[in-house]
Amino acid sequence: MTSHPGAAGLDARLRVDRAAYTLDLALTAAPGEVVALLGPNGAGKSTALRALAGLLPLGAGHLRLDGDVLEDPAQRLHTPAEERPVGVVFQDYLLFPHLSALDNVAFGPRCRGRSKREARAEAAGWLERMGLAEHAAARPARLSGGQAQRVALARALAVRPRLLLLDEPLAALDARTRLDVRAQLRRHLDEFEAVAVLVTHDPLDAMVLADRLVVIEGGREVQSGLPAEIARRPRTDYIARLVGLNLYRGTSAGHRVTLPDGAVLTTDEDLSGPVFVAFPPSAVVLHRSRPEGSARNVWELTVNGLDLHGDQVRADLTGAVPMAADLTPAAVAELGLARGSTVWAAVKAAQTHAYPA
Amino acid sequence: MIRRTGRADGTADGTADGRAGGPGSGDSSGPAPLPGSGPGPGRPRRPGRRRAGRVPVALLLPALLGLAFLVLPLVGLLVRAPWSALPEQLTSPQVWEALRLSLVCATAATAVSLILGVPLAWLLARTELPGRRLVRALVTLPLVLPPVVGGVALLLVLGRRGIVGSWLDSAFGITLPFTTTGVVIAEAFVAMPFLVISVEGALRAADPRYEEAAATLGASRLTAFRRVTLPLIAPGIGAGAVLAWARALGEFGATITFAGNFPGRTQTMPLAVYLAMESDPEAAIALSLVLLVVSIAVLAGLRERWMSAP
Repeated sequence: MTSHPGAAGLDARLRVDRAAYTLDLALTAAPGEVVALLGPNGAGKSTALRALAGLLPLGAGHLRLDGDVLEDPAQRLHTPAEERPVGVVFQDYLLFPHLSALDNVAFGPRCRGRSKREARAEAAGWLERMGLAEHAAARPARLSGGQAQRVALARALAVRPRLLLLDEPLAALDARTRLDVRAQLRRHLDEFEAVAVLVTHDPLDAMVLADRLVVIEGGREVQSGLPAEIARRPRTDYIARLVGLNLYRGTSAGHRVTLPDGAVLTTDEDLSGPVFVAFPPSAVVLHRSRPEGSARNVWELTVNGLDLHGDQVRADLTGAVPMAADLTPAAVAELGLARGSTVWAAVKAAQTHAYPA
Repeated sequence: MIRRTGRADGTADGTADGRAGGPGSGDSSGPAPLPGSGPGPGRPRRPGRRRAGRVPVALLLPALLGLAFLVLPLVGLLVRAPWSALPEQLTSPQVWEALRLSLVCATAATAVSLILGVPLAWLLARTELPGRRLVRALVTLPLVLPPVVGGVALLLVLGRRGIVGSWLDSAFGITLPFTTTGVVIAEAFVAMPFLVISVEGALRAADPRYEEAAATLGASRLTAFRRVTLPLIAPGIGAGAVLAWARALGEFGATITFAGNFPGRTQTMPLAVYLAMESDPEAAIALSLVLLVVSIAVLAGLRERWMSAP
């Protein structure tokens, strides 16, 4: 490892060629920052994580951590996983089933040269911090999902990593446990001083846990930024669906945005050139006949499907401007909506949000 | 909903994302189940799909004949056993010598198989060894090779004028054929494939991602093998060792060819039985009974693993 002083944190360009796709991702993070890699199945999130951990060699690019070069294929440099200052929380935790919680946590310190007694004392401290002191002697099979998750986190932190990797840390938990564990994990990540990279396909986990999101699709970054920014201004259909927005890309002239197939959307923003327009499904008002009034965004659409979302019904509408619309079950009955029926959809210009593409 | 993928061979994205589920979905899954834990004793059996009605005679008759064919010889052994003379037979020094030699040699051969066979199985299961299929075929060959041929082959290599044997003789003064060590070698040659196959199967069933987890915690491949993989596949190793031991205990062909038949030195139980048949059939029956008891004990030890057919 060669040192470049001053470059604290993570600085990586990960390029891994797989049969199905190529991962090519630039990733930087400052110490103390939590970055979430968010993306659909097969986007390359876990490949990126494995590459960071050293479990998968880079095809090209580089990986520097706090100034130390961990990997640089051009110089045939590859620090193996066991020599990297990296801790990993695997998605199904992979706690060693034949070891107690304490020995699972002590495993790392032990491998890094501590005596058995020191390692166990250290592990006991970590379990204490995680509120698991009374479960120290338990085998992983006897732990609940939330407890196992905390043991896995303690095990990863016990090697005092300068890069903490979390692979879908909440995916294996049921909905109720998830809420608690998510809050606890947020607290532990806040206390963690080095870089943390989190992989998830769940936008809520990403938004709650991360300081910054990197959205990847097809092995490439499609958008990155603060969670709130991404939620407000999605740039791909995938992100728009995740954050629950209708998203269109078109060309703006003044307040009029023309979509590729000719439909026109009216917005409040005055922009020119390529733009995105987004509005939430709740902004759509449905009518049985063409509405009179101020709304200029009015289209006749066909109902493609109806789904219950909480206490709302989400209608999937196709036509000139395909969109999702939320309405109450009562409104569905009143309008007599069914698959295949036609309906008028109106969206106020003030409810839309346009931003440069 | 939670699907465990067996191997993370790099396409781990499928593993990571292979579960649908947002905050509203997802069901509870405890910690991952123990890999390699075979069917437990309390495992519910599938209800047999047996049809009521008459069994065709054309199937029943050969089936019963087959059963009789397998069981009758053992019954014969028990019926003809010289029960009254048995205590005397079994306490004769020759019997004890042969039995002791058999147990010692089979145990030593199992130890040799473990020391060499477990790493070999690991190599086959966990590395991209060039020509791995060929290597596996070669490892399996002694399983199907007539043991006598194995004995002849061992003589040609390790015999006094053999390729390696002559060098061992001239350089170190070590002679292997027709010694107790030779018995161990012949038995290990025949028994080790059983262990390798069994351990390799256990390794393939064990999730290799545990080894990756160990690596991220700072464990070298050897440490990961020693502290994680070995405990995980211990049941498979145990079963393989018992199987190899049983095979070594009954070894005849390779032993008599390579190590000969010297009482007290290379005459194991099977050889003693064969020899006794000529001179003293009652002793042969007594010796056979002892081997039968040992075999039943082995079977009882393995029943969890091998007898509980799905």
